[in-house]
Amino acid sequence: MQPTRLGDDNPGILISQQKNFLTISIYLYNLLLMLSLDVTFSALADPTRRAILAHLALGEATVNELARPFEMTQPAISQHLKVLEDAGLIIRRVDGTKRPRRLAKAGIEALDQWLAMLRKALEKNYDRLDGVLAEMETQKKEGKR
Amino acid sequence: MSRMTLRTEGETQVIVTRRFAAAPETVYRAHTDPELIQKWLLGPEGWGMPVCISEARPGGRIRYEWTNGKGGGFHLTGEYLEVEPWSRILHVERMYLPDATPDNLVETRFEQDGEGTLMTIRMTLPDEQTRAGMLASGMERGMEASYVRLEGMI
Repeated sequence: MQPTRLGDDNPGILISQQKNFLTISIYLYNLLLMLSLDVTFSALADPTRRAILAHLALGEATVNELARPFEMTQPAISQHLKVLEDAGLIIRRVDGTKRPRRLAKAGIEALDQWLAMLRKALEKNYDRLDGVLAEMETQKKEGKR
Repeated sequence: MSRMTLRTEGETQVIVTRRFAAAPETVYRAHTDPELIQKWLLGPEGWGMPVCISEARPGGRIRYEWTNGKGGGFHLTGEYLEVEPWSRILHVERMYLPDATPDNLVETRFEQDGEGTLMTIRMTLPDEQTRAGMLASGMERGMEASYVRLEGMI
């Protein structure tokens, strides 16, 4: 995998951060899909839609540009775009006859919020475990009596 | 004392630590006994684990099935590789969403810490080469946009 340069200032650090970040993304992405019933995350569960988002992460693109890498009809791509739009992850702009799409800032921020929620879910598990452990310790003591 | 930490190490490891006010034996059992696991390993509010298989011996199976009671659900399978009662578990797991995620190798250590236990989970994800094949979809670039700001969080 070719690391991409993110900027001109100290690219070395950026590259290593990015690689590290990649691993974490995958891990968190998996955990995140645990919560995939939320429409935003169902939208992300499809590889074509993830690839579309990947493309849009590089900048605005038209439907034709988005359809190019896939062996799919334009209506099929449009269907994927609709799912992403409904999930609030992308938005469209009117430019003559074209309707270029770009990433929606609000949608991405929602993702960040979900990540915070994910961390909370883990913490929630362990808080619950605290309760289970307390119960177990009590039973152990009672058993010894 | 109970604060959880979540950090990364190198390019393939995620490390979670958490302290518990119970003996290592108790914390270990809560991580291996299916009836106990079902009480807490549930994720967000509203989710439950109707199926829990946990055979804590080398080669033993792991299977967790979660549901939100509204028709949504997913499952995880895995195998125990090494078990050292009360102190260490090494297992591998993958989630089905519905496709299997890459195998996650998980080492969980339970150490006496004063009156309680310090638990350290070290997850090792597939190396870059293995992942590259799994990531043909370009997911990593797509997700990057949303995770870039995450670095401060972990």
